[in-house]
Amino acid sequence: MHNKTLTELSAGLAGGAFSSVELTRHFLERIARHDGGLNSFITVTAERALAQAAAADARRSRGEAGPLTGIPLAQKDIFCTNGVRTSCASKMLDSFIAPYDATVVAQCDAAGMVMLGKTNMDEFAMGSSNETSFYGPVKNPWDTAAVPGGSSGGSAAAVAARLTPVATGTDTGGSIRQPAALCGITGIKPTYGRISRYGMIAFASSLDQAGPMARTAEDCALLLGVMAGFDPRDSTSVEREVPDYRAALGNDLKGLKIGLPQEYFGAGLDPAVAQAVQSAIDEYRRLGAEVVEISLPNTALAVPTYYVVAPAECSSNLSRMDGVRFGYRCDNPKDLEDLYKRSRGEGFGPEVKRRIMIGTYALSAGYYDAYYLKAQQMRQLISDDFRRAFEKVDVIMGPTSPTVAFNVGEKSDDPVAMYLADVYTIAANLAGLPGMSIPAGFVGKRPVGLQLIGNYFDEARLLNIAHQYQLVTDWHLRAPEGF
Amino acid sequence: MALERKDVENIAHLARLAISEADIPEYARNLSNILALVEQMSAVDTAGVHPMAHPLEATQRLREDAVTEADQRDHFQAIAPAVEAGLYLVPKVIE
Repeated sequence: MHNKTLTELSAGLAGGAFSSVELTRHFLERIARHDGGLNSFITVTAERALAQAAAADARRSRGEAGPLTGIPLAQKDIFCTNGVRTSCASKMLDSFIAPYDATVVAQCDAAGMVMLGKTNMDEFAMGSSNETSFYGPVKNPWDTAAVPGGSSGGSAAAVAARLTPVATGTDTGGSIRQPAALCGITGIKPTYGRISRYGMIAFASSLDQAGPMARTAEDCALLLGVMAGFDPRDSTSVEREVPDYRAALGNDLKGLKIGLPQEYFGAGLDPAVAQAVQSAIDEYRRLGAEVVEISLPNTALAVPTYYVVAPAECSSNLSRMDGVRFGYRCDNPKDLEDLYKRSRGEGFGPEVKRRIMIGTYALSAGYYDAYYLKAQQMRQLISDDFRRAFEKVDVIMGPTSPTVAFNVGEKSDDPVAMYLADVYTIAANLAGLPGMSIPAGFVGKRPVGLQLIGNYFDEARLLNIAHQYQLVTDWHLRAPEGF
Repeated sequence: MALERKDVENIAHLARLAISEADIPEYARNLSNILALVEQMSAVDTAGVHPMAHPLEATQRLREDAVTEADQRDHFQAIAPAVEAGLYLVPKVIE
């Protein structure tokens, strides 16, 4: 049952082959059996899930079920869930029971989906390995010596290990695509503004975007349809109709123009990853696509630019965690300043503190022009590179990550080395473009991801391009041994 | 640029973060490395480039100036570290 796609599960529920309660029990049992070693969930909401499943079955018997009614999913622990702890994998929010639902959560609920629990992640989504979580690292189901990637590492590992059919993620600099690549699953970060950020704990507001993580592009299309849409409670939500993301999946790719940025295949890219990516591009040639070399000249500056913009915005966003209204408070504060400083100093982990400090420095008096303003100008140049590229090509392809999953502990002492793991994913966030990662092979036991970057609001085409590849390959169907 | 101990102390104060004495050298080293990475931006001439405020050039939406929130004070304060009579408690700020 756990190897079925959403379409198959949906058909099974509709045909009465199994009920949502049976399906939910099955996945809860898998979590209980396998997650001890993986640590992909922070909170499992078994009782709530079974109640939601029973409600979904009742809704189906009334003839009111939609395609995803009764389907279990996992929510990244960055989305506020009314009455359920929402920790963002931080000691700061270890006791935070969200008093309201994020729009994404409310929309999944409204579709009749069943939340199995909240997945592990890097603390406040700051990390690329899931090692900064207060609740401990997540293991990669393909090789437990390896990290699952981050920040949506718990969601990626849980989907790869078949502990949930689908999960939500968020992507500020690659946090859906990179863990999807490292865990051999499919994930899409839509255009900035496509999915509401309301109730999604903010990291870098001008970059943050939620998206679905699943095993197939078709499954991503189904969940994206539920997650996307205009929300008046998010000031940057885009007022634009949500297409049926499944409608275009079957289109053929004859004449599709694929751009390969030369900068994505240079020094730093593992040759075995490059080979897997080239094989995937060859597969696209066989599907009728035309491949052209392009240039995104400012690629190398995306990481430096990001490490001004993201820390600056995080230092502002995380100032709300002050030990006064919610979250962690230190013992016996001697005055208000001591309360702020110790609550924050004790509540945040080292990576979060580093980023708050970089952001505070970049925004401090006298440095604004040299850092934040300069970075916003760089963003414009990076965005212009893409605009010029999309005048010539329909989609940009390359590796999602320069290497396959690295070992637990390998980069955790060197922040800059960790940051460079996101060298191919960050630019899409800076430009606000949609990006996707799909399974495209292995190096040894560890999966390789192919990245697809599309033009603004071209999610349906990205999903179509991914789906056509998945019809002729089986990388996405492989399951890690032991799960 | 390389940060010194006093820079780290000053930034930590501005960010209202208590960090332990023993950790300061490591913060100084890591933050300096991150700033060295960031400095790569300065190699690019951005004179005359309009700073990007929003990828889709969207501007803030306006809405009617109407009350849309119900009073949920008790609900929200149920998760606060310390409250009394509807107020958040903090250490005394005025002698």
